[in-house]
Amino acid sequence: MLEQVTVFLENEKGRLSALTRVLADAGVNMYALTIAETSDYGLVRIVCDKPAQAVDALRSADMRAIVTKVLAVAVPNRPGGLADLLDAFEELDLNIEYGYCFSVHGDEAVDVLKVSDAPRACVALADKGYRLVDTADLA
Amino acid sequence: MKRPQDILTAPRAELEALQLEGVKKTVIKCYENVPFYHDLYDEAGFDPYAVTTLEDLQKAPFTTKQDLRDNYPFNMFAVPMEDVREIHMSSGTTGIATVGGYTEHDLDIWGDCFARGVWYADGGPQDVMHVCYGYGLFTGGLGAHYGGVKAGCTTIPMSAGNTERQIRVMREMGSTILCCTPSYAMHLADTALSMGIDPKKEFKLRVGIHGAEAFSDNFRKDLEDKIGYKVLDVYGLTETMGPGVAIECMEQNGLHLAEDHFYAEVIDPKTGEVLPDGEWGELVLTTIDREATPVVRYRTRDITRILPGECACGRTHRRIDRLHGRTDDMLIIRGVNVFPSQIEDVMKTFDQISSWYQIELTRKGHLDVVTLKVEPNPDFDFDEVRAIELLQRDMQERLKSALSVGIRVRIVEPRSIPRSEGKAVRVVDLRGDDC
Ligand SMILES: [Zn+2]
Repeated sequence: MLEQVTVFLENEKGRLSALTRVLADAGVNMYALTIAETSDYGLVRIVCDKPAQAVDALRSADMRAIVTKVLAVAVPNRPGGLADLLDAFEELDLNIEYGYCFSVHGDEAVDVLKVSDAPRACVALADKGYRLVDTADLA
Repeated sequence: MKRPQDILTAPRAELEALQLEGVKKTVIKCYENVPFYHDLYDEAGFDPYAVTTLEDLQKAPFTTKQDLRDNYPFNMFAVPMEDVREIHMSSGTTGIATVGGYTEHDLDIWGDCFARGVWYADGGPQDVMHVCYGYGLFTGGLGAHYGGVKAGCTTIPMSAGNTERQIRVMREMGSTILCCTPSYAMHLADTALSMGIDPKKEFKLRVGIHGAEAFSDNFRKDLEDKIGYKVLDVYGLTETMGPGVAIECMEQNGLHLAEDHFYAEVIDPKTGEVLPDGEWGELVLTTIDREATPVVRYRTRDITRILPGECACGRTHRRIDRLHGRTDDMLIIRGVNVFPSQIEDVMKTFDQISSWYQIELTRKGHLDVVTLKVEPNPDFDFDEVRAIELLQRDMQERLKSALSVGIRVRIVEPRSIPRSEGKAVRVVDLRGDDC
């Protein structure tokens, strides 16, 4: 499982840059950042090298940040890579709350997914030959 | 032999008959002896001799704090000054103070009212009452003192201040009942701990009778845990007597009114209509047997409600709920009275949010729009938008059923609710002047 940092931000000018500045000052390196946006607020989800330190730094800056465990799967960086993975989930009858992809190395992408039954998904995906990624693998 | 506490379990019919007799006398006495009431009733067309039921009192106009101020110092007195034994004054934070006068009889009933706190705790001559409310014009000190003496306690008039000496005396004299403000009780406990004295082990305190300040249930629990005693809330005000108008019994479920000395109504502060039991509003008090400064339908500006039903302790005097702030804090939203404390009560039931909040009032067309801004707690798992939406929806539903008015809940970042001197600015009214 991958430790993702989730930050609650109001939809207001300057909040995202404030967030990234806090992480930069804390020496946190980000691999991926996505935003789930509503009209009032956004949830910023971050994959980085030091999730615990990132949360500490954000909380000291009066931001609401938590660590969330998500499923991260290495998939070949080619057309159909994600489609195959999602087929596997369909077979397992698991709900996906949200997901996003990023790529660290050229030949491989990482698909991040929040699913309803993570432990079952882990076992099933490993059986199918998928490689699961955690924070240490990204360094 | 009849004991003074027997009245606390008197049948309702007996109590109400006593109230009616008292109210009738008070109204006539005020009309005949206090020029203010004479003019007030004549102008309002209220006939003080025509009160035949307690409901008839609803026809009488209210008395306000301003009326008492306007009649400073002695114009509200209904007896000649030769009969007055004592004077107390409320702190005049906003100008002129209000004055209460006490005859010998008034001092006696005051002691009787406060002594009920001791009786509720099954206390009496075996107890040592430690009074560290301030003694003086403020009613706290002497009110508690007269109660201690009346109940037969060994009463120690410590008054306020010199905390270390308070702690030494409390330990050396084995005080069992503590009377002071709740915040001072907490200060005593903390100071004792910092002196290396564990109040739970070295104090003999078993009951605290604390009032003159609002305190939360959590605060009460902390205090009880620190000292190892039970805290009873006491209510009162100089304008009608002082502490003892209502005191909690050991059930800690509402404060029993001293109904043999005060007739209580709860009104809608905006319309003046009397509200049914259970509904929140402003407490209005009429003295039943006060001689020196009787009042009729005095608007306390304190927000509470009459608790319906009987108390588990078996006493028949009705209970008021713990105070919910002042009418000055009341908001009128789409014609509905809303007290910030009602919103706080709903918020307390959600652990996902902190206790900070702000109410924003705006107007859309002719409709008031109310937005409640709250902050997520650090441990709220808000990773999914759905979790936040669910929280908003649950809170909105709960608020709607508690307040009868729709409020939009918005989750905001901690920094966006301004704090001034440790207290949040709770209400921002952006509706403009036309409301
Ligand atoms: Zn009771």
